[in-house]
Amino acid sequence: MTEIVLNEALSEVSLLVVSSALAFLALALVLFSFQLVKLNTEDQTDPEKFSQVEKAGFVLLWVSTIVLGVGVVLRGISAGRVPWANMYEFSISGAFLILLIYLTALKIRDLRFIATFIAGFALITLFAAVSLFYVEVQTIMPALQSYWLVIHVVVAIMATGFFSVAAGLHLFYLLKASGKAQKLFQRFPDLQQLERLAYRFNVVGFVLWSFTLIAGAIWAERAWHRYWGWDTKEVWTFIIWVLYAGYLHAMATRGWNGKRAAWLGLIAFLSVIFNFTIVNLFFKGLHVYSGL
Amino acid sequence: MASSFLSKLSFWPRWFWRQLTSMRNALILLLLLAIAAVPGSVYPQRSADPNGVKVFYDNRPELAAILDSLQLFDVYTSVWFSAIYILLFVSLAGCVLPRTKIHFNALRAKPVETPKNLARMPEHIVRDGSDSVLDSAYEVLKKRGFRVMRQEGSISSEKGYAKETGNLMFHYALVGVLMAVGLGGGYSFSGQRVLVEGDTFVNNLASYDSFSPGALFNESRLEPFSVSLDEFDVVYDLANKNNIGQPIDFIASVTRQVGTESYASEIRVNYPLPVPGANVYLTGNGFAPVVTIFDGEGNISFSGPVVFLPQDSNMTSLGVIKTPDSLPEQLGVIAFFYPTAEKLTTGAYTSIYPDPISPLMTMNVYSGDLGLDSGVPRNVFALDTTNMELIAGRNGPAPAIELEVGESADLPNGLGSVRFDGLLRFASLDIAHNPGGIWVLFFALLALGSMTMSLLIPRRRVWVRANPDGTIEFAALARRDDPNLKLILEEIVQEIETKSK
Repeated sequence: MTEIVLNEALSEVSLLVVSSALAFLALALVLFSFQLVKLNTEDQTDPEKFSQVEKAGFVLLWVSTIVLGVGVVLRGISAGRVPWANMYEFSISGAFLILLIYLTALKIRDLRFIATFIAGFALITLFAAVSLFYVEVQTIMPALQSYWLVIHVVVAIMATGFFSVAAGLHLFYLLKASGKAQKLFQRFPDLQQLERLAYRFNVVGFVLWSFTLIAGAIWAERAWHRYWGWDTKEVWTFIIWVLYAGYLHAMATRGWNGKRAAWLGLIAFLSVIFNFTIVNLFFKGLHVYSGL
Repeated sequence: MASSFLSKLSFWPRWFWRQLTSMRNALILLLLLAIAAVPGSVYPQRSADPNGVKVFYDNRPELAAILDSLQLFDVYTSVWFSAIYILLFVSLAGCVLPRTKIHFNALRAKPVETPKNLARMPEHIVRDGSDSVLDSAYEVLKKRGFRVMRQEGSISSEKGYAKETGNLMFHYALVGVLMAVGLGGGYSFSGQRVLVEGDTFVNNLASYDSFSPGALFNESRLEPFSVSLDEFDVVYDLANKNNIGQPIDFIASVTRQVGTESYASEIRVNYPLPVPGANVYLTGNGFAPVVTIFDGEGNISFSGPVVFLPQDSNMTSLGVIKTPDSLPEQLGVIAFFYPTAEKLTTGAYTSIYPDPISPLMTMNVYSGDLGLDSGVPRNVFALDTTNMELIAGRNGPAPAIELEVGESADLPNGLGSVRFDGLLRFASLDIAHNPGGIWVLFFALLALGSMTMSLLIPRRRVWVRANPDGTIEFAALARRDDPNLKLILEEIVQEIETKSK
């Protein structure tokens, strides 16, 4: 491979930009939480209409998404490659894609009600990235020098993005079904709608996840001389695939949709998070790319 | 379902079969499969990490024995894991086969009879109109790809049979994946060979350092070819100060020979070399210092490159040399190689850079009985010093021998001398082939395609009925989730009304 000259100054700028996106995101989260409290206490507001607080929240969410996008791109430029070759980069790219998927979906469907979850989740991801996963920009090891890094990983990030939105919907489904804070949750779509929305995001996520699994196997055949070897990361990719397959079955099985399916969807998503954090950092395997 | 078959079964097998093929149990088996896969990521697996299993046994032998008896070091070939996925696939077959028959019939059948009460359908629209609407409805639905049937005073239509086709194909493709994995694994092989610069590998069983064939592998599947390692290069990052010493490329320059044809090529990580019947992968590398040892009588008792195993990221390497033929006594050497040596305050050396800038080799020399005649197989990378005496080395009677390239040194007690002739690199190569791989990929892509088709194509039924009171009823029903059903029905109604005007 040709030698890449890293631009460390630019990567410092990128970190600064990502950190400011973090600040915008935190502000947006405060406004969205305020909006939830307001919905729970006030009686007379048109659910279709954006309140001033909510409007400001979404402006901030857009700003933080754009700023984060700039930060991600700068990181890629400073490294001279795609910005998702270690945990820090995967996290910032992931947070960016989650926000982008959510904001795009918002143009099609009214998903304002899960804004707190999305902003909160992206905030935690970014915070973990900057405080726990941060590594200086590095040249990548030969094993990662493949176009499959672009395909396999970007699709994995996208799948995670769709699963995250679905997880938010599952969470609100279960909260609403629990019968607490009725005043607030009556403003939310009904249970059936929440269930269907979650199903759609999970379906797209599942197709993408299947693709990532297949692409990973093709890459493994090139890099490790076997397409499948039950490496810890392969094991967890498989477990997640089976759990989401189980969720899709549950949705088609009488008596298993509703709360049970929502729990299953949440458990599957927790496995995604587990795979990305605990398996990456503490399990022994061939996917040793956290950079930590 | 296959009722004649079922009726012949007595109660319990029949009950069992019913249970196994029910959706609920397919779901439970899926969840069990996910849970059963977990321990394989917690405990080291013999297939992926045999050394990890050995270390576990060394550290906690009692727990290891218990885990081993539960097959927790071989989770994915264990009885219990196999039982779950075999049951899952039997359940899959029991569910999918009858559905295939039903779907096959449905594909040739006419759309269902229009239900009496259309108002009970999820989407229902009532308009005014006359019988002639049915003619336009027939045309509109036909044009939209519906299978349409004219009935007494009504029209029944259905579309999206590909949803079920895709769903069934997905499940059959999974069976295909499983069979390709099983059969392919049987015929596969993978072998390892360490090759020093200048060496040639000739493809036959005796040339491999280690070889693991599948159950159905036959030696005749090894096709004749040879690979010579001409040169091995490591490219280090020199441009970025935080990454200096980080390898950014490993390049094995090789000559591949098949029959009389030979050509030069490269093997790199991620870019294996295709050879007849296999691929050659680069999996590791290190240094192979060339050493000559003269015995006490002045004869050459060893000469050639020695493969040293890397111990750290700066390539401090460890090698062992044994000279069973040297006189008057056998010699054994434990040697360290430092590509860029630096002396620590303790007097020991360390390597501070992985490329050979100031290479140094230190040797601890033993004399005595190497124990090679006992018939017990010996590891070439370990020296058994039980019947040997340290003659030069740290804490020995004489200091360790330190050699730079080209230097030589005498051994104490007139036992001979050693010379560091030069420095070569070696490459660890994997020669592997799995004929099932391409079929696994084929079925996996088929599964992905048919699953996507099944999840995204909607299956819809649309009915139009002209009532005697002059109203026209339109109704639609979808199988599973269909976000656009309402919209589509409204569109259809609009089109029909425009057409009939």
